[in-house]
Amino acid sequence: MATEFELNGQAVTVDIESDTPLLWALRDDLDSTGTKYGCGIGMCGACTVLVNGRAIRSCITPVEAVSGASITTIEGLHPEGNHPLQKAWIETQTPQCGYCQSGQIMQAAAMLKDFPDPTDDQINHAMGGNLCRCMAYVRIRKAIKMAAEEMNARDNTAQETGAAADE
Amino acid sequence: MFKKILGGLLAFGVLVLAIFLLIAWESSIEPVSASNSDAFSKEQINRGEVLAGLGNCETCHTTDPNKPLAGGRAMPTPFGTLYSTNITPDPKTGIGQWSEEAFARAMREGVARSGSHLFPAFPYTHFTKMSDDDISDLYAYIMSQPAIQAEPPENTLEFPFNIRLLLAGWKLLFFDEGRYETDTSKSDVWNRGAYIAEGAGHCSACHTPRNALGAEDAGKAWDGAIINNWYAPALNASNRTPSSWTETEAYEYLRNGGSRFHGVAVGSMADVVHDGLKQAPDNDLRALAVWLSDLAQASDEQQASKRSANAIRAVHNTQNPSVMMDEGERLFTYACAACHYNEADSPSALRPDMALNSAISAPTPINLIRVTLNGVSLKEGLPEAMMPGFSQALSDRQITSLLTYLRATHTDQPAWENLEQHVRDQRPQTQAQ
Repeated sequence: MATEFELNGQAVTVDIESDTPLLWALRDDLDSTGTKYGCGIGMCGACTVLVNGRAIRSCITPVEAVSGASITTIEGLHPEGNHPLQKAWIETQTPQCGYCQSGQIMQAAAMLKDFPDPTDDQINHAMGGNLCRCMAYVRIRKAIKMAAEEMNARDNTAQETGAAADE
Repeated sequence: MFKKILGGLLAFGVLVLAIFLLIAWESSIEPVSASNSDAFSKEQINRGEVLAGLGNCETCHTTDPNKPLAGGRAMPTPFGTLYSTNITPDPKTGIGQWSEEAFARAMREGVARSGSHLFPAFPYTHFTKMSDDDISDLYAYIMSQPAIQAEPPENTLEFPFNIRLLLAGWKLLFFDEGRYETDTSKSDVWNRGAYIAEGAGHCSACHTPRNALGAEDAGKAWDGAIINNWYAPALNASNRTPSSWTETEAYEYLRNGGSRFHGVAVGSMADVVHDGLKQAPDNDLRALAVWLSDLAQASDEQQASKRSANAIRAVHNTQNPSVMMDEGERLFTYACAACHYNEADSPSALRPDMALNSAISAPTPINLIRVTLNGVSLKEGLPEAMMPGFSQALSDRQITSLLTYLRATHTDQPAWENLEQHVRDQRPQTQAQ
């Protein structure tokens, strides 16, 4: 059964059983192996992708559920891999084994839309479903805050220059 | 002596029967040939389309999405199963031969063109309130839809409920025929909202419980009811969410499918919002919101905001993430909190907070179980937002732990009884749908 959706800006079609988890459609049929399998039951966050900009655990989401939607994976977060989060991740040398990090970054990207200037408490709750066995949490937290700062500064500058242009 | 009494009783019985038949019998109305599409103006058809949305005809009268209004949807009742009729203008299997008079009589009196009484699963008890113009516009719209030949399955009602003539008795007891009457003590906007809700909208058909004979229980009006395996919450002051349905939240919910203080529209209500009300002009939804917030005896916005914040804060204050002994609490933290957490003062409708959600404080766990198992699809709730289901991820026992935890810590309502049995019950049904 054919399901159509948008993946990182490209229209795609997969012809697989409609209850196949999106995770496997991405990895096996769409050549996008950046998203990882951790538990298969929505408890570890390694499989996190964005559906219409919001974080979803792709291991428990059947591909038919995202028919017509716009999916973003780690591969498509930024065209050159230079999203503020990705830059911060490198600057802080956050990944250790790296396995959970795609999920961490996608979850963080979604979180920053709802909590643009996140407190420790907000990070604890919103990121608490993304497990890291290497215990890189301290660096993850630091990287998120760094990225948030850059994104907010960029927005403020844009607002100021926008205002200046209007005058 | 005995013979005389018997004779008297018999005569009396015949008299009663005769009077009943006199009341119950309805004439048939002459069939007309199907109207051509030029018979109605574009404006009339457009107005009719809005009305068909407000009444949400399509959801009940459609079973195959490629055959809209062709009927066949099964409606299980305590008396057996009814199937909705084909209301496309097909002359043989639909209502193509119905004149406007026949259509109006069906809507207002619950009588088919043939003269037979209609089962009140068709809510003529509400449509009776609609104005002549509205019925006329609706007729124009319905008759302009594609005619589809489709015979719905036969109803499977148990004796004696399958005898249509007896419905005349039901109507005598429970049917209040007549147009909507303006309440002069209320504003025009309120009256517009009431006219829509009590008329075409037929909201109480789901949100009011029914008595043993299937009629809405007037004594429990708006108290909420289980229908179609979903719980339609109370819309009056009996509603149990921490804050009441203010005008703003009611409008947001009806327009977009979600409220930050109550949750999102799922199941049958998603059909109402996204299929039905999507055509409704803003004015109509605002009128409905005015009427709804009055029914709910809603506080003002500030109070609602404060109560919601307090409810969320109460949960946050009792949480201690470093000591999570309870399985339900651990499951919530790892599976749910990432999407459902909010700051107390700013809950988002896209992050339905469990301290506020109507599914959590409801007297029945049905809604919460169904959403936990099946999630919320892109077609439900707020546009573009979805939730995955956990039916493959969690066992009955785990779901029970999770929901028990939520109920105990996020509301002050008493625990649900037989929760694990409810969870088990919802699995085969949800798979069948």
